[in-house]
Formats: sequence, C-alpha cells, structure tokens
Amino acid sequence: MLIELTDVRKAFNQGKPNEFWAIQGITTQFEVNRISCLKGASGSGKTTLMSMIGCLSRPTSGRIRLQDRTISSLPERFLTQIRRHTFGFIFQRFNLIPGLSVVENIMLPAYPLGLKASRLRGRAERLLEQFLLADKASNPVEWLSGGEAQRVAICRALINDPQILIADEPTANLDSRLSREFMALLDQLSKAGKTVLISSHDPVVFDSPCVDRVVELEDGLMVAGER
Amino acid sequence: MIALLRKQRYFIDYTLGTMMRHKGKSLGLLSVYTLIIFMLASVMLFSHAMRSEAVALLANSPEIVVQRIQAGRSVMVPADYLQRIGKLRGVTEKRGRLWGYYYDPAVKANYTVMASEQDQLSITDIVIGEGIARTRGLSIGDYLTLRSHQGKAFSFRVLRLLESDSELISSDLLLMNPQGYRQLFGLDESLYTDLVLSVRNPREIQKIAEKLTRLLPDSRPILRSEILRTYESLFSWRQGVMLILLLGSVLAFVIFAWDKASGLSAEERKEIGILKAVGWETGEVMRMKFWEGVIISLMAFLIGYLAAYLHVFYTSAGLFEPVLKGWSVLYPRFQLTPSVDGLQLATLFFFTVLPYTLATIVPVWRTSITDPDLVMR
Repeated sequence: MLIELTDVRKAFNQGKPNEFWAIQGITTQFEVNRISCLKGASGSGKTTLMSMIGCLSRPTSGRIRLQDRTISSLPERFLTQIRRHTFGFIFQRFNLIPGLSVVENIMLPAYPLGLKASRLRGRAERLLEQFLLADKASNPVEWLSGGEAQRVAICRALINDPQILIADEPTANLDSRLSREFMALLDQLSKAGKTVLISSHDPVVFDSPCVDRVVELEDGLMVAGER
Repeated sequence: MIALLRKQRYFIDYTLGTMMRHKGKSLGLLSVYTLIIFMLASVMLFSHAMRSEAVALLANSPEIVVQRIQAGRSVMVPADYLQRIGKLRGVTEKRGRLWGYYYDPAVKANYTVMASEQDQLSITDIVIGEGIARTRGLSIGDYLTLRSHQGKAFSFRVLRLLESDSELISSDLLLMNPQGYRQLFGLDESLYTDLVLSVRNPREIQKIAEKLTRLLPDSRPILRSEILRTYESLFSWRQGVMLILLLGSVLAFVIFAWDKASGLSAEERKEIGILKAVGWETGEVMRMKFWEGVIISLMAFLIGYLAAYLHVFYTSAGLFEPVLKGWSVLYPRFQLTPSVDGLQLATLFFFTVLPYTLATIVPVWRTSITDPDLVMR
C-alpha cells in the first residue's frame, strides 16, 4: 500500500450560500508500481481528488496517508517538500510556461534544489532524448504540437525523479493516436518503477491494457473499483 | 552554501526571463518609474546644490552687515558711521563696502559689481567671473565697456578671471578699483553701500547687533546666520512649489505601480500556481518576485538619479530652471558645483524603491499561500 484515503471530503465555498461538496467521503488505497485510473464524467470530482492526493489542496475532512505518513494535516512547507520530491504532475492543459524554452520548462521544478547547472542541464537533456525531443530543446513551448507539449510536460514531471506520477485528464487535448502513444509511455514508466495515477473520462485511457485498476467516481462518491 | 547561491542565480535568471517575456509591460513601468525618480531627484539635487552654493557663498562673508534704512528703504551709509560705531568688544574688523548691480542690456544680464581694495587694481582694471567672460566672450587683456550713471562710456581692461569653489559666487562678479566704482555709479567719497563687521566669537554676534541698533538707530544689522536661513527657506519654498507641481505625476505613478503590483493578472496567478505545483516553496516564489521588484526599482532609481545628476550639474537643470531659479535668470549662466546629500539620497531611495518592492511582494504572498489547485483553476 502506498496511498491510503480515509473518508476524504472536500467542500468549496464552505459556509457560503454557494457551498459545494466536490468529494463526499472516499475511502480507498492505491498501490505501488501500478497504473490506477480515476474514471468519471466532468464534475464527478476526479481532479479535486487527484489534487488532494498530490498535495495541491487539502481535504475539508478525512485523512490521506502517504507511505504511513498522514499528509492531509501537514503545514504548507512540508507539503511543498512532498510535492517536490514525491510527485510529478502532468496537467490537462499541460501548464507549461509560455515564453520559456522547452528545456527551461523542464528544468523549472529543479531550480529550488540548487543543482550544478551542467548536472541539471544533463538531466533535462537525457529526458529530452528519451522522449524524442532533443531537437526541440531550445524552442519556445508555444511552437510545439499537442503531443510534443504533452511529452515536455512528462519530462518536467520526471526531472526530480518522483516516485508517483499524477496525470489529470492527460489525453483531453490529444487525438486517439497520440493518446495511445501517451499510454504506452506511462506503461514504460510504470515498468521502470513509477506509480501512476490518472484521471480521465477517455476510453483510450481507462480501457487501456496497461491500466491496472479503474476507480469510478460520480458526484464526489466512489461508485466502482472499490477494493 | 554553493547550492544556495546557485539557487539564487536560478531565481534571478528566471526573473530576468519573466521580465523579458513581458518586455512591453516591464519597459513601460521602468520608463514611468525612471521619469518620476528623475524629476524628484532633479528637484532635490538642484535645491541641495543651491543651498550648498549659498553656504559656500557665505562661508567667508562677514558676520554682520550694517545697512542704513531711511523711510523703510535701504540707502547709502555715510562713512562717518564707522567712527560712530567706535570700538566694540569682540569686533575684529570693520569697514565700508561698495557694491551694486550693473544691468548689461547687450546680454540682458545683471552683474554684481564690487569695489576691491585687496586686489590692488588700477582705476581702469577689472577682474571678472567666468560667467561674464563666457557671456561676453572676454579673456584676459580684453576691454569691457560699461556706461556710467551719466551715460558716459568707461572702458575697463580684464586683468584676470576669478576662480572659486562655487561658480555662483564668482560667475557674475565684477571687481574694480573703489575710485573707478565711485566714478561709474556717481557715488560720493563720503558714502558706502553698507558696512561690514567681523566678529571672532559667534556667541557675541547677537549682543553686538543689539549694541549697533542702539548706537545707530537708523541702521539694520543683518547677521550671516539670518542670510543663510533666508536662502534655506527660499530654496525649500521653491522645492516645495516644484514638488507640488510634480505631485500629480507622482500620484499617477503610485496608482499605476499599486495597480501593477497589487493586482496580479490571471496569467501571473497561474504561473505562481504552476511554480508551487511543481515544487517551489512560497518563499522561493516570493524571492523570485522580490528580485523582479528590486531589479525594476533599482534600475529606475539608478538611471533616474544619474539622469537627474547630469541634468542638474551638466545642463543647469534646464527643465526646472524658471521655477527653481526665479529672478536669478537675470544673472549670467552658471554651472552648479556637483554635490550630493547622502541623507537626501537615502530618503529618495526609501520612499521609492522600498514601497514598490513591498507592494510587489504582498499580492504574490497572498497568491502563493493559496492552494496551487485553486490558483490554477
């Protein structure tokens, strides 16, 4: 067991007239070296749940444990350390920073580590080669196609060699061929020892043979995939 | 330690990159900021330089000047007033002075004409300041013709040019023989423009002034400290007028800077969210934005201040001259002696660079303590 959620709930605008409970009590576990997929329609709570697991937000109530350590109640500076060293994020709209080059975007998460410039650059270049982007290193990210931008986002997620990869709707902006290629890449990463959590409502993702477990969400509740 | 320095370098590199990405915005802000600093610094430097000139001007002047007042106006002082003063305890020297102004219609400027006994000048010799030499194109050996009170032309030979620490002292000054002065202005031998007294102990000056008022009831003793105070308040007043004129633009800048600094754009908020999501700490995001504020405000400060320095000391503050100099535009042109007041510099720095940098930090802090998920949504 790697990630354990116990009765996790999340409310937005709590105490206001527009209060909304995005997650209404989820208890589950995600295991290591597996690809797990959160499936559900838009608004089912996938992204909210993923962001709480990835320490991008905190649950309103309930508990999240990572490697036997409760992370849901940690102060912000500890959460940052966990985000930096444990998680790599691949966002739906890639969230690359425009105006920066491909390699600069990839190196961004490693700046706070203060690594030697040559070592950092070397690490980024190895990833670029691995994901067939070596010739694009100095291009601004605005020049990239959807598939290329997706691969840059993966490189950025991997630069600090995290244990867990979190991909939120990763194929939402890709066609089916690129989506399949993306799943093949995730499969490679899983085989290399990474734990992968994906949220998606794309059949190419949740029906992919490389996905080990599918958890289905509806209106903030888990409706299938319980274990 | 090295990793820490490298980290700072990465943050600065990233900040510079961010500024380059928003070139138009950064340059616009830098230009307006620089202009404001330039204007404020120009006024401050000019006023300070004028005050310094005044101090230099009065440094070697006598402690007390005695004028004669008749019907509320200053008139010539009879020479026998020196005898009437007699021997006063504490007064080391007393003498009569001859001085006045000569308006030269050829260059539309006033010269300060003084009779000098120390320079051993002959009746046709004069010594002139750099300003007069420059305005009239004169050098040593040339002749300057002045018209007397009766319209008669007098030619004077330039014996030498005056040198001084302050060009304001010497620029418009014309020294001549006392007899020549009396002939030029038609002044009787028994009259002086005013009397001057030197006093060794500054604590005795006030007492001596009181004695003078008793001895010569129609006289007005003017103390050096009073003249200095007048200069101070004159230039402080002019500086105040100028600052009020600039207040509008300063206010516009403050609103502009506050708006820029306090209202982060959606793009900037998202960028902060991304940085936090990929593992940057709140402090690291703030440091990056802090560098941005420091770079812009420091650059604006340095460029603005340097431009103001050049403007004031090398172009005679051409932009503000009419307001700051006032009536003195009737004098020949002069260059101010460069001088910078450390306290004034620190004040300007404190009220421009620090507020901007802090105003930049606050909204960044507010955004970076919010959950990255919320910021990016």
